[in-house]
Amino acid sequence: MARAARKAKKAAKQPASHRTWALSYLAVAAVMFVVYQYALPWEGLPLPIYDFLQLWLPPSSVNEALVYVICALGLNIVVGYAGLLDLGYVAFWAIGGYSAGWFMSNFFEQWNVHGLASVATTEPGVHINFWLVLVIGGAVCAFFGVIIGAPTLRLKSDYLALVTLGFGEIIPQIFFNGEDINGFNLSNGTKGITRLDPIPTGVKDLGPFDFGSKFVVFVLLAAIMVFISLQLRRGRLGRAWLAIREDELAASMMGVPLMRTKLASYAVGAVAGGIGGVAFATHVDGVYAERFNFSISIFLLAMVVLGGMGNVWGVILGAFILAWVNSTGLPALGDTFNSQFGTEIDFPSFTFLLFGLVLIFMILFKREGLIPESRLRLVLHEGDADEELKPAHEEEK
Amino acid sequence: MTLSNELVLDATHISVQFGGLLAVNDVSFNIPKKSVVSLIGPNGAGKTTFFNVLTGLYKPSEGKVMFGDREITDLPPHKIASIGLARTFQNIRLFGLMTAEENLMVAMHSHLKSGIASTILRTPRQRKEEKEALDTAREILDFVGIGKWATEYARNLSYGDQRRLEVARALALKPEILLLDEPTAGMNPQESGVFVDFVHRVRDARDVAILLIEHDMSVVMSVSERITVLDRGEKIAEGSPEEIRSNQRVIEAYLGKAASEGRGK
Ligand SMILES: Nc1ncnc2c1ncn2[C@@H]1O[C@H](COP(=O)(O)OP(=O)(O)O)[C@@H](O)[C@H]1O
Ligand SMILES: [Mg+2]
Repeated sequence: MARAARKAKKAAKQPASHRTWALSYLAVAAVMFVVYQYALPWEGLPLPIYDFLQLWLPPSSVNEALVYVICALGLNIVVGYAGLLDLGYVAFWAIGGYSAGWFMSNFFEQWNVHGLASVATTEPGVHINFWLVLVIGGAVCAFFGVIIGAPTLRLKSDYLALVTLGFGEIIPQIFFNGEDINGFNLSNGTKGITRLDPIPTGVKDLGPFDFGSKFVVFVLLAAIMVFISLQLRRGRLGRAWLAIREDELAASMMGVPLMRTKLASYAVGAVAGGIGGVAFATHVDGVYAERFNFSISIFLLAMVVLGGMGNVWGVILGAFILAWVNSTGLPALGDTFNSQFGTEIDFPSFTFLLFGLVLIFMILFKREGLIPESRLRLVLHEGDADEELKPAHEEEK
Repeated sequence: MTLSNELVLDATHISVQFGGLLAVNDVSFNIPKKSVVSLIGPNGAGKTTFFNVLTGLYKPSEGKVMFGDREITDLPPHKIASIGLARTFQNIRLFGLMTAEENLMVAMHSHLKSGIASTILRTPRQRKEEKEALDTAREILDFVGIGKWATEYARNLSYGDQRRLEVARALALKPEILLLDEPTAGMNPQESGVFVDFVHRVRDARDVAILLIEHDMSVVMSVSERITVLDRGEKIAEGSPEEIRSNQRVIEAYLGKAASEGRGK
């Protein structure tokens, strides 16, 4: 009784809009889970509905979109919160991916290490429990985030963008050519590492085709990232990030250590990239160096911009929409269009043209994104008549 | 009021060079404990530059700055701020898209301890710390008279209130020295008058020494216990308001040589 009251009181303190968004997120996720886990495999499902879902919303593309959501949420901490332009975020995704490849497969067959993994202990290779690998991948990325960030975050933002761009190119190249580093096979080069251990859940182990259950895992990971983002945002560090975004010099004059604070955003963002990388590897059941290219960094940046920099819910929406358009929307539209009109237009080849247009459109007409952070809405529509001048803070109370 | 001999800050033989321009030339300057001292001089005299040396934004080409018995010449700005030197800006530099209370809580950053983990987990210690910080912020906002705007975005405040918020934010650092760079710029005479009382109130209630850069002579004369005059980077006079008022070099610097000679005839 008393506990329930306390809980209610605590809930009341949460900003209402965040609660609404969180509930909507979970509701949509629950519906999709039911669809994938029960409706799709059900014999009685009418064929047109089945076909429609498989064409427009196949489980694998939804899961992939969720991986993008996880990474975009991490990038949002760097770009949206702290205002640092990072063009090489794919590096963390790659490092996370290879962490999964190294620690969840037979790849290092010269070693035989097992840590609560879902495979028999007779299997050669390093086999660590997926949930531990998430932590390891995140930690490795945080480490690299700090290594890369420490010398570069001193730079002015344009230079920072260039250096991160280079970093995003170098790391995948190392994996690409890492087949023989002084006789040591780090990454299996272009062949990649494949067949990863299933994800243990206590109930059952999730292999590459358990889309419905893996969907739940990814939804959970994204939810954790949202939680972390919101908690950090409303605390000492989040305020310092925002202050740096607003006025770096004034922030330092108010006792905010710029390097350390930026580094923290970089590291937290890197952790999310690592977790997204591990998730991605289990999603495609392998890691392949050529998949971690520059366009992914830009793609993630576009997601953050489209959704609304600094607003986690906007970023989720932006990431989901763009990832879906890329993997499913355009190809499906192309198939439908081509079969209707007997043409042979290669729709997916227009992906980047489309994204370019979306970015230009957003920057020109809707810079605050689809679901803007309330603060940004204020500046970007300065001229608009009757703009509400109440801070979000007020209405949230 | 006589100045105590105990110094909170002692800057000796400071020079700052910008390319060929010697913006500050061999200036020595100190701030006695709990005093209100001013730095005046014509535009471009080097006042703001000197300020920037004290707060660590510029490193002087010569000289050293002692804060108590600690040398701060080479410390980074955030360090200097956190050990007790807080400033306001000549051109207001608030965090516009943060609320008034958030602005103050940013300034408390170095006094707060919560890290990433405790913030994510909202540990009891973290929540207590946040609550105390918020209370302190509200208290300071009340003190400077803008408590009712605590949850308003800084950019939405009126000009005068933004100036107050700048002072409040600096006070949130719990400084020993408060550096105010032209705080009455853009105020009308009546507001400036109110400001003089405000400065004394801050000094007495908050236990700080105040260094003021000021244009408005009536403010300077009525608020300062000691005035230092800079002209073209050099210190040309220092003394009580009365001494400065009658100092020939100061009159020359302000009115131009011709004018003062004309007056002399
Ligand atoms: N960052 C800088 N780079 C080059 N010159 C500067 C810089 N800051 C100030 N100055 C020059 O130094 C001189 C003193 O400026 P300032 O300290 O702002 O004067 P005041 O605040 O007394 O009006 C001016 O001539 C100004 O142009
Ligand atoms: Mg100035």
